Amino acid sequence: MFEFKLPDLGEGIHEGEVLKWHVQPGDVIEEDAPLVDVETDKAAVTIPSPRGGTVSATTGEVGDVVETGQVIAVIDDGSGAAAAPARPTGRAAEETPVGLPEEEPAPAPAAAAAPARRTETQPNSAVPGRPVPAAPATRRLARELGVDINALAGSGPGGRVQPADVRAAAGGGAPAAPAAKAQATVESPQTRVAADAGAMIPFVDLEPLPDFSLQGPVEVEPLRSIRRKVARKMTTSMVLVPHVAHMDEADVTELEEFRVRMREQRQGRPGGKLTLLSFVIRAVTAGLRAAPAFNASLEPFKEELIYKKYYNIGFAADTGKGLVVPVIKGTDVKSINEISAEIEEKAALAREGRLPVDDMQHGTFTITNVGPLGGTALIPTINYPEVAILGMGRVQEKPVVRDGEIVIRKMLPLTLAFDHRVADGADAARFVGELVRNLSDPNLLLLDT
Amino acid sequence: MVMGTLNQEVETVVIGSGPGGYVAALRLADLGKDVVLVEERERPGGTCLLEGCIPSKSLINAVELSEAAKHADRMGLSFGKLEVDHRKLRAWTDDVVATLSGGIKGLLAKRGVEVIHARARFADSRTLSLEGGGTLSFQNCIIATGSSLNRLPAGIDNSVWSSADALRLPEVPGSLLVVGGGYIGLEMGLVYAGLGTQVSVVEFFPRLLMGADHDLVDVMVKQVTKRMHEVMTESKVMSITPRDDGFDVVIEHGGKTVEKRYDRVLVAIGRRPNTDDLGLEHTKVQVDERGVIATDEECRTAEKHIFAIGDVAAGPMLAHKASREGKIAAEAIAGHKVAFDNRAIPAVVFTDPEISWCGLTERYAEETGVAINVGKFPLSALGRARAIGRTEGFVKVISEPETDLILGMGIVGPHASELISEGALAIEMGATLADLTDTIHPHPTLSEAVMEAAEVAAGTAVHVHRRG
Repeated sequence: MFEFKLPDLGEGIHEGEVLKWHVQPGDVIEEDAPLVDVETDKAAVTIPSPRGGTVSATTGEVGDVVETGQVIAVIDDGSGAAAAPARPTGRAAEETPVGLPEEEPAPAPAAAAAPARRTETQPNSAVPGRPVPAAPATRRLARELGVDINALAGSGPGGRVQPADVRAAAGGGAPAAPAAKAQATVESPQTRVAADAGAMIPFVDLEPLPDFSLQGPVEVEPLRSIRRKVARKMTTSMVLVPHVAHMDEADVTELEEFRVRMREQRQGRPGGKLTLLSFVIRAVTAGLRAAPAFNASLEPFKEELIYKKYYNIGFAADTGKGLVVPVIKGTDVKSINEISAEIEEKAALAREGRLPVDDMQHGTFTITNVGPLGGTALIPTINYPEVAILGMGRVQEKPVVRDGEIVIRKMLPLTLAFDHRVADGADAARFVGELVRNLSDPNLLLLDT
Repeated sequence: MVMGTLNQEVETVVIGSGPGGYVAALRLADLGKDVVLVEERERPGGTCLLEGCIPSKSLINAVELSEAAKHADRMGLSFGKLEVDHRKLRAWTDDVVATLSGGIKGLLAKRGVEVIHARARFADSRTLSLEGGGTLSFQNCIIATGSSLNRLPAGIDNSVWSSADALRLPEVPGSLLVVGGGYIGLEMGLVYAGLGTQVSVVEFFPRLLMGADHDLVDVMVKQVTKRMHEVMTESKVMSITPRDDGFDVVIEHGGKTVEKRYDRVLVAIGRRPNTDDLGLEHTKVQVDERGVIATDEECRTAEKHIFAIGDVAAGPMLAHKASREGKIAAEAIAGHKVAFDNRAIPAVVFTDPEISWCGLTERYAEETGVAINVGKFPLSALGRARAIGRTEGFVKVISEPETDLILGMGIVGPHASELISEGALAIEMGATLADLTDTIHPHPTLSEAVMEAAEVAAGTAVHVHRRG
């Protein structure tokens, strides 16, 4: 028997969603033949079988989330015995033979004593694989919700599983298995906070949706992968963080002239595209050094502010498969040219779905540039646990007043959304004001940063 | 009632109308299924109602009345000599059975369950052929055919009683040998002893009621032997020879062989599931050498649309287990997510005093090395037990040392059969000792002993002397 544990799918990825099993228990599989398709927050991967043999058990239905290191399949490859993935003891295990040689007739069932060998499960005994203590109604609920109650750690006295434990496990997001619980605490306190907090917010009333199909044709698509990840992150951010948005416009006429001139000179070289974004990243980095609050994180449990002395700027990329935020690290020590080259490279990888996980992590500030797609202004949502996000609108020629005259200038709409727990409006005004000043004069940008 | 018609197509068929089958049929009807119930016998109810629990309990009750009357003497009440009219007693029992069977019939009729009186055998995995003609093709089928008394070896006179014969109360013999010291032997032995018969019991094993914890059995045996002429354990019946006026029985006991004469002999040699003549070989349903059908936790056989419940499925041959399985099978057919996941099947012995237990036994804990905590409370310390003059017995609560989860309960004493349900509920609920000790039990009742036993286990009892 070979226990196949879900392998490491990349740094920072601890789980994946089962998309499809290529085999079923009882099937024979060859070494390296496709075993299961798993989708992570990043991509779908087909995991090959490391051994040949008969698949004796698999864990995780389609749609279930399996964790790295969890036994997902047991393959009988002719080697020694291995414990199958933890399963509730089936009925068969309880069926001890009834063996009382001089057994008397039992015409009187209600009156009858059970034979020498009891057939019921010995309940709750400290035997491995024992059924967990839980009321019959709770067990029924678990079955109806498709929850393996024996995998839960009960919160009641003596480890009794309560209906709430079952509902939490069924609700996804809030895992109730002890191992998963511990991990969730380490990995994503925000998930737990949101789950707990949601239930306590006055007036929050999650009613079931109406049946829209009664009104007209609908198509139902499960929320999966990146879409679900975005949903979780954005809900967490909006529920947890008091957002404030501060807006301004930067006059980028001269910067654009400079940028276009430089781009022509440097065409074909790495970073040669020299997008406006690379200048903005540079300017933002300068601003963050002056205003550390916007490069911080708030630790809500310990009530601490964590100021990061490194600058990793993420930029939102529309990949066609969903929103991905590649991160440019160490923007304080990179030239605009280097930043520009990295943006090109990472955006391309993200579109192909090949961006390494590490390049999507550890950001300290995010910029979302919907400008190329249009829009005069936007209010972005903070990429929690960061403190602020900058939204860039479309650069447009606009009539503006300069020295009492109306002139046509190229204007870049900017919105800084920030966490009001960490910073105040005046901080934001100063930060954005400095940003606007730097972007309006390429010389300042080069000198100051 | 409809006689078997030719080639009927039905949604669901239940074979057998015992406490498993009729409950399944009623539940299926309530879940909106069309149900046909096939029953070989004239009346519904199965072994339990027609020749089992119900008639035996009505006989036992009568005998207990006479015993109570006897003991009322010390309370200042005397009733004179006991006179038994066994025909009248039989009529009373028959009436009880008829009323209950009629009740089941009414329930089935009200639900629109079609009852076909015939013997059914599987022609294939989708069709039953009915003896006397006709077939039933079904989408789902529940096998609830129960069990039968094993036949006596050839050569032994058929005038030897089975338990079913004894329950019909054909006469009150002067002497009776009961072969088998299990619950049926003891219950029937006590009935006849109570009616005036001189009863002897032969048991192959060193103890009576081998399945139960010794401490429970010991209390019962002490009382029961007072009413028996003789209780022979570790004994073996070598031969039974019918004579004109009784039976000569050769018994081997302690290396010695004795021959004794009895007016009647009651032999109990077990039951076998009714699966031999069901045509199961025409299906993929798996039957082991004991005749037991293999089922999963939804009571499904290897044919997923054929279910088996009650005595034909594994587990103790008990009516209450069959009924629970009947409901599970019915709900599984209706698409509900259900399973037989019970942790306690109460066992009840209607001796005097009664014995009951459920969940983990001390015996099983010893055999498997499971650590347990046992709290025992004697009825002699209980007000109600004193007041009714029934102080023999005790309640014990078995719990898990670390968690205080209730794992088992055992009771010997009056109404043990009624009191055990609290233990079954506690185990199913995953209750702890505190759940029992903190629940107010009415005073003065025997049920207080359950709470007190939990108090003893928890170390909080005030009604027992503290050690040290």
